[in-house]
Amino acid sequence: MPILRLVLERIAYAFIVITAVLVLNFILVRLAPGDPAEVIAGESGGITEEILAAIRRDYGLDLPLHEQLWIYLGNAVQGDLGYSFYFNSPVVELVVSRMGPTILLILAATVIALFIGTALGVLASRNPEGLFSNFLTVASLIGYSAPAFWTGLMLIILFAFVVPLFPVAGLYDVTLSVGYFGRALDIAHHLVLPAFTLAIIYIAQYSRLARASMLEVLGSDYIRTARAKGVAERVVFFKHALRNAILPIITITGLHFGNLLSGAVLVEAVFNWPGLGTLAFDSLLRRDYTTILALLFFSALMVIVANLATDFCYRLADPRIKGKRG
Amino acid sequence: MPAADASSALLEVRNLQVDFRTRNGIAHVLDGIEFSLSKGEILGIVGESGCGKSMTALAIMGLVPTPPGRIAGGEIVYRGENLLKASKERMRRIRGNRISMIFQEPMTALNPVFTVGDQIAESIVLHQGLSRRAALDRAVELLREVHIPAPERRIGEFPHQLSGGMRQRIMIAIALACEPDILIADEPTTALDVTVQAQVFDLLLELQQDRDMAIVLITHDMGVIAEMTGRVLVMYAGRIIEAAAVDDLLENPQHPYTSGLIACVPQLSDEPEAEREALMEIPGVVPPLTELGVGCAFEPRCGFRMPVCVQSRPSPVAVGAGHSAACWLMEDADRQGADRQGADRRDGDRP
Repeated sequence: MPILRLVLERIAYAFIVITAVLVLNFILVRLAPGDPAEVIAGESGGITEEILAAIRRDYGLDLPLHEQLWIYLGNAVQGDLGYSFYFNSPVVELVVSRMGPTILLILAATVIALFIGTALGVLASRNPEGLFSNFLTVASLIGYSAPAFWTGLMLIILFAFVVPLFPVAGLYDVTLSVGYFGRALDIAHHLVLPAFTLAIIYIAQYSRLARASMLEVLGSDYIRTARAKGVAERVVFFKHALRNAILPIITITGLHFGNLLSGAVLVEAVFNWPGLGTLAFDSLLRRDYTTILALLFFSALMVIVANLATDFCYRLADPRIKGKRG
Repeated sequence: MPAADASSALLEVRNLQVDFRTRNGIAHVLDGIEFSLSKGEILGIVGESGCGKSMTALAIMGLVPTPPGRIAGGEIVYRGENLLKASKERMRRIRGNRISMIFQEPMTALNPVFTVGDQIAESIVLHQGLSRRAALDRAVELLREVHIPAPERRIGEFPHQLSGGMRQRIMIAIALACEPDILIADEPTTALDVTVQAQVFDLLLELQQDRDMAIVLITHDMGVIAEMTGRVLVMYAGRIIEAAAVDDLLENPQHPYTSGLIACVPQLSDEPEAEREALMEIPGVVPPLTELGVGCAFEPRCGFRMPVCVQSRPSPVAVGAGHSAACWLMEDADRQGADRQGADRRDGDRP
């Protein structure tokens, strides 16, 4: 079974990558300046050498680095990524409890960017020299030059003060969420601004990519063949051309997943979205090693899963990939 | 083959003009193309790259890219109907149904993301209103007719799984799906291996005879013209410079360009190297269409140029039954054909 082999192969790769990520992240964070024992001590009040030593001993910070790493890896295999100094909770629990909102945010942004971006690009390709196409070129330039946190702030100003249509912070409003359905609706309402903020750069990129890709495909021989068959122009455009033009967009979407995750850190901070991003933001400020390591680990895991999903989507969309190792 | 008279013509092209807007000005890509095609005839169009042979085909199909192209004048009459005046919808119903076309590049002419079966069936569903299921059954039959082995399995495959020769057979199957009156084959074998070329031509001949279909065969290869066609148009820089029945043209070419093209066909021989004739070539290149003067477009490359050639462009003159050529030599002296051929070789002998 080639598919089964492929899946096993990918899981083996994923395993190697995850191990490498664990080791690398561990080393990188330890290399950063600053003594975590002092940070912990700072949280708890007065600092004396005895307290620092006790903290180092308790958390294993006095051991040589390679031993710390070994302990870390051993625990990781058992699903224990450590205990957060700052949040007073096992980090795995902490991360899992925050994962939902982030995944929701990223998926919403991806869907928005894919649909709106592709639609705009395809529309522009109908008349590449036209007014709309030129407008899109300029608009997308602005779109992907604007940093997400700035866009977010601008949207907050617009929707909080000028036209208060959407809530600008949080996941839901306790006073408004009534029942299951009401809660879902409220979350969707809160989702609008952060998802769009995160999506804008990608809308800009996908629209340009879709436009270029459509124009390239429309000039190809098989489009001429379709026309020579007497296929209506609308069908040539939306069936023969779009189906091919979408392929590079799928690839890029997969590659963007990691960027989306790092973009989410900023967007969540701006909109106070209770996800991994705000968690990462807080723990970075607190130099909360265990949480940072766990976050890096989980984001690597998410990127790996996303890439795997992209790979399979691509296989569905492009028959030429089947049987080949991608 | 007797020359078709106007009333029995299936397709008649009259004074066709196609212009292209380019950075260097307007190019008259086709200038006064005139010919007719009868039922069951194989008409060859020969010429170098850029002479307008493919554009003639695209104009008949209604596929001239507009802009930058524009049909500036003339008529293309198919069964009494001027296709240049037909609505888009009407043209769409004719394309792939009554008039079909196959292209030079079988490797890229099929859509990579759809199965071969779907691509053949699409045209059947479109023009004959069959269900997809029935159309796929018909596709299997068509694949059998173009001699593709195991057609039931092949219809589920994608283009990348097939060789170039196979893909061109698929293209032929698509083109023939609706039993067209006219098949336009634009250099159908240029991209294929020599052995496969012969197979594709045999297939085209076989299918043409079964269906009594007319073929317009576009090529730059005089050898193919000699093998396949009944009547030939020689094109140069957007004009037809000579038209004749194939035997007449090969034995008695009137235009210096035609003689040159014939002389360019390499002869296979087993003689020792010293005794072989040097390979002929026509010196120079086709001039850019935006830079044509008022004179004959072939004048800069012609071994027989005369003062009149620079001053004005020659019109086609009848030089025999069904044989015409556009060259001042035709007007100037009646029968100098034999001398001219001799002189033309001298051209080719240049180091």
